[in-house]
Amino acid sequence: MKGVEAISKPKILVFSTEKISDPAIDMAGLLKLHYPPEVYTVPVPCSSAIKPKWILYALEQGFDGVFIAADGTDCPYGESCTEKTSQVMSKTQEMMKEKNIDPARLKMAAICSVCSEAFVKHVKSFTEYLAKAKS
Amino acid sequence: MNRKIGVYICHCGGNISDYVDVEKVRRAVEGEAGVFLSKTTMFACADSNQKEMVEDIKTNQLDGVVVASCSPKLHLLTFRAVVERAGLNKYNYVHANIREQSSWAHSDNKTGATEKAIHLVKSAIAKVRYAEALEPIKVKSLNAVAIIGAGVAGMRAAIELAEAGSEVFLIEREFFVGGRVAQWDDLCLTQETGKELITRLYNKVVEHPNVTLFTGAEVVENSGSVGNFSIRVKITPRYLKQECNKDELQKAIEVCPVKIPDAFNFNITNRKAIYHNYPGEYPQLPVIDIENCTRCGACEKVCKNIDFNQKTEYLNLKAGSILLATGFDPYEPKQGEFGYGEIDNVVTLPQFKRIVHYSNGQLTYKGKEIKNIAYIYCVGSRQVDGENKYCSRYCCSSCIHTAIKIKKKYKGIHNYHFNRGIRTYGKAEVWYDESSRLGDIYLQSFEDHPPIVEKAGGQTIVKINDILTSKKELEVVADLVVLVTGMVPRKDNSIGNLLKVPKGRDKFFNEIHMKLRPVETVIDGITIAGTSQGPKNIMESMNSALAAATKSFALVASGELSLEPTIATVDESKCAWCGKCEEACPYSAFEKIQSNGKLIAKVNSSVCKGCGMCLPVCPENALNLIGLSDKEMESMIDSLIHKV
Repeated sequence: MKGVEAISKPKILVFSTEKISDPAIDMAGLLKLHYPPEVYTVPVPCSSAIKPKWILYALEQGFDGVFIAADGTDCPYGESCTEKTSQVMSKTQEMMKEKNIDPARLKMAAICSVCSEAFVKHVKSFTEYLAKAKS
Repeated sequence: MNRKIGVYICHCGGNISDYVDVEKVRRAVEGEAGVFLSKTTMFACADSNQKEMVEDIKTNQLDGVVVASCSPKLHLLTFRAVVERAGLNKYNYVHANIREQSSWAHSDNKTGATEKAIHLVKSAIAKVRYAEALEPIKVKSLNAVAIIGAGVAGMRAAIELAEAGSEVFLIEREFFVGGRVAQWDDLCLTQETGKELITRLYNKVVEHPNVTLFTGAEVVENSGSVGNFSIRVKITPRYLKQECNKDELQKAIEVCPVKIPDAFNFNITNRKAIYHNYPGEYPQLPVIDIENCTRCGACEKVCKNIDFNQKTEYLNLKAGSILLATGFDPYEPKQGEFGYGEIDNVVTLPQFKRIVHYSNGQLTYKGKEIKNIAYIYCVGSRQVDGENKYCSRYCCSSCIHTAIKIKKKYKGIHNYHFNRGIRTYGKAEVWYDESSRLGDIYLQSFEDHPPIVEKAGGQTIVKINDILTSKKELEVVADLVVLVTGMVPRKDNSIGNLLKVPKGRDKFFNEIHMKLRPVETVIDGITIAGTSQGPKNIMESMNSALAAATKSFALVASGELSLEPTIATVDESKCAWCGKCEEACPYSAFEKIQSNGKLIAKVNSSVCKGCGMCLPVCPENALNLIGLSDKEMESMIDSLIHKV
């Protein structure tokens, strides 16, 4: 039954930023702060660069959830990042509603370069939510 | 599209292969479209493997390479250089991180870690299939470095950078330079005092035209990035005019009625509200501690150079790199830890050094002569139950050096060293030898049976089950118990929080790699030196200061930095100029041009930073980033979701 259990575990795609949240996710590994291995990271330069169509594509292809590890106020490209990432988030959730996809399957949190514990906490709780939603 | 791809999967000794079945990963990816060869390697970064990769690329005319190993922060540049040496454009290389994001993150789940590693490598292969030859973008870098902290490491780095030709802003939060070394008299292994060492460094710093020293200065804001950091510095006034009459100043100090514990002497003495830490300290102008000043006016009556009208100032500085040399705090024992704070003759090693400083002719503490001294080692370091698992490196040498000094200086001194194994490593071993020959007694215990300090019949007694004499219970009646305390990170980490510099498990600033990139941080352009990074002696601090200065210099010296050419591109066939990309771009990189009879957007490649903020706002999906196009992203997503 282990195989069945493994298949049913939620898969999460994380859009992470190369300069800010990637170091935090790397450090989570360094500190052996374990989180589910079904969490995969794709690096992007800035969280406000994520196209809604990429998120929808990931969900439609089989990812149970998408997590945006946002730059927040630490974005090296400027202060407008936070607002623009929020716009990406809300625009995508609108598109998800139109396609009858639960908007809660997209989650965002600011993950700074030292926010390893916060990252692990977020992806664990997101995994729990998605697991309940699947069952 | 690349169709002859080489894939290398690293064991990283056992860092990866202890948790990830690397051979299974290799087998899983060898049949992927475009993969021409796939290998596992014990250390991908090793010279022998790099040579083999160059040979493979040349012999097989590979047009894409993937290495699955540690974080790209460590070795992306290494492997880009490898493919360049083989004649391949470096942007035909893609890195897969299967250590920090797989083997280490999932060391509790080997099956999961292996499956994730397979997905990550397949995703990298998917990306490299579309990789193209690119040229890096050049941006200006300011030839200036902001150094935070004017202790020995900060000052040494400042001198080195200034002599190399960089402008240096040396920013010290305290009102005096020298950091912890200023608090020490004779230094281990060299025949000089901390004050003399500071004097030599300070003189060079202030004489050099390239260095601007700020004291009482704190960085309060930071923006920008490597090559062009903007920092805002708060300068707290000294409330004294620069041109002071020394006699009047001395009178002002004498008449000040305030008495507060002197942190410079670890609170074993008091100081006034107008003070300097010791005569001749640098800068030589004293300071008024405005938080503790009662504004009684006594000093103003005897000194016309007091100026309470001075205001806090803010300066905006620009630098290409920031070097952190913010030092350490001595460990403060907990209440009752080996009697500290409860038994009156229990002090720390830093306090003991100041007691020795103030003892003339006779070693005394609180009016009592001291003959028998018990030193308890590893207090606050190598903790079994506490968080400080590390060895503080300097304490054994420093303690034994001090013990020898007092034995030679004062008559009838008996030193008893209650230790857990002496670590006078390197050249300091001669002090251990000399101390033993002088008759010092060494008693040793394991970490689970530390010595006990207790008060009995008016005496302070230290007991130990000494493993050097078959665990015989021995005790010493001590006139003074010295807790040999180690180093801990600065309690105030505001600068670390401001710059978002990661801390390691020991809570000191964390380097990218302790061996390969020991003074760089994951924040591009920010380097670390001295004990801000972890316990070090002065020689080690100097080494790291010089290394950090060199790395910072390399970033700023040429005046130009190479950045990733991952800029935005416009699909002319889709674009119908709406202006939204122009609105979204924080750098004004877009312009409106006429092309083939219609208005379209054009990207200025020298201005675009590749942030991608324009991508989601285009209603026609006409924008992509080089290296992160829709087809690349979707291909990576496909690789990550499909069953292995």
